[in-house]
Amino acid sequence: MGKVIVVTSGKGGVGKTTSSAALGAALAQGGEKVVVVDFDVGLRNLDLVMGAERRVVYDLVNVIQGEAKLTQALIRDKRVETLYLLPASQTRDKDNLTEKGVEAVIGALKANFDWVICDSPAGIERGATLAMRHADIAVVVTNPEVSSVRDSDRIIGLLDSKTLKAETGERIEKHLLLTRYDPARALRGDMLKVDDVLEILSIPLLGIIPESMDVLRASNIGSPVTLADQTSAPAIAYFDAVRRLRGEQIPVTVPGEKRSFLGKFFGRKAA
Amino acid sequence: MLTQPRPIRLKGRSYLALTLTPEQPFEDWLVRLDDLASRSAGFFLRRPVVLDVAGLDIDRAELRELVTKLTARQVRIMGIEGASSALLGSDLPPAMANGRTTADFEPPAAAEKTEDHSSVGAAPAVPDLPKAAPSLIVTQPVRSGQSVVFLEGDVTIVGSVASGAEVVAGGSIHIYGTLRGRAMAGTTGNAAARIFCRKLEAEMIAIDGFYKTADDMEPADRGKAVQAWLDGETFKVEALA
Repeated sequence: MGKVIVVTSGKGGVGKTTSSAALGAALAQGGEKVVVVDFDVGLRNLDLVMGAERRVVYDLVNVIQGEAKLTQALIRDKRVETLYLLPASQTRDKDNLTEKGVEAVIGALKANFDWVICDSPAGIERGATLAMRHADIAVVVTNPEVSSVRDSDRIIGLLDSKTLKAETGERIEKHLLLTRYDPARALRGDMLKVDDVLEILSIPLLGIIPESMDVLRASNIGSPVTLADQTSAPAIAYFDAVRRLRGEQIPVTVPGEKRSFLGKFFGRKAA
Repeated sequence: MLTQPRPIRLKGRSYLALTLTPEQPFEDWLVRLDDLASRSAGFFLRRPVVLDVAGLDIDRAELRELVTKLTARQVRIMGIEGASSALLGSDLPPAMANGRTTADFEPPAAAEKTEDHSSVGAAPAVPDLPKAAPSLIVTQPVRSGQSVVFLEGDVTIVGSVASGAEVVAGGSIHIYGTLRGRAMAGTTGNAAARIFCRKLEAEMIAIDGFYKTADDMEPADRGKAVQAWLDGETFKVEALA
């Protein structure tokens, strides 16, 4: 059985879709079978970021409503053969996602893939709660600024109450992915410090992705940054994050700082 | 509620009341009561009395008759404890619950009342409490949008209270972490309730309906370990040493 990851944030524009694609591509390059599911029905973007927009025939809503088989809707990536995409519908709205339907689709994907990555829409409504519903692991994408941190805090609260794991008394594994981290602005004190974000959210840190033109460039050519430019700083940060997802203990480095934050952050992991 | 201009403040308050525990047969018990009353005239006059009927095999008509007989003896029953709700109608005094026993009463002295009665979960300073006041301990951070409500007593949070989260307690609030959201203590009318936190970054704190928003707080108190309490109608915030 595969593991289900939800990539969520509450706030929009923080990098959920970029991170879903980058994490998916990085995991798949290790040889594991990965599917990235776009839950943003009505405002789909994952197909663009993954460069599959011209090959979308059926989508998640078609599968849920029984209009297409799961295998018909899945799109295999042209670059990494173990990477798949299940696109969202652009013409329907989120009311077409039913709880039973989502459960059936996630169940089928879990049986066939090592990792199922659910790209959550922004907000805390139906689309977002259904995306997190069946997750084993949550990656909370946060920018180092107050509104993003507060929204993430809200989402963590929902992860602890509205997911299937929470309702059956288990605890969902939660990780913080700090994105769009700008070393220059951090130096000027324009952003929240990594320490402050960790203190407020008190969940373990999965990685810090530096703000970079490489990310934007990769999105525009329809390629996850972990495929487009594997030696760029954000790609390396995503690869490290994936190794941590697999359970490896490797130090987190704050972009722009030489010294390792191993002791500092791994000391707080239990928080 | 607090944003409305003139809200009605509902408060709970606890008082001492004399408790009578009748025994069956009531005729004999009433004779003994008359005997006691004859020794200290006017003893029951103007005194709030609660009738404790717990454990008695009694029906509604008998209860009403007993109350009538007591009223004839100038014993005014303000409430009835230990009766099932089916036993009490609108023609009988209201039900009382959660009373705490204080020191035994000395009839001849006729000085102090005997029984403490808390109507809404306040915690008065009464010695020899048979039961500890209830409290709630939360060992996780209180996240934005979450609300911890515990009107029965104190709330202790081992962790932080996030911006956009709130903690509402009938008693005091203790936060072993940073308070970034709202804390409302003593909401059931307990002006003696306090708020303690390891680091004050609160959006709002309130005790017994009096409140302070972040703007009203002293900048010097922010980021510090503080306690907040009410001194009359004045809100006090002081750094903990």
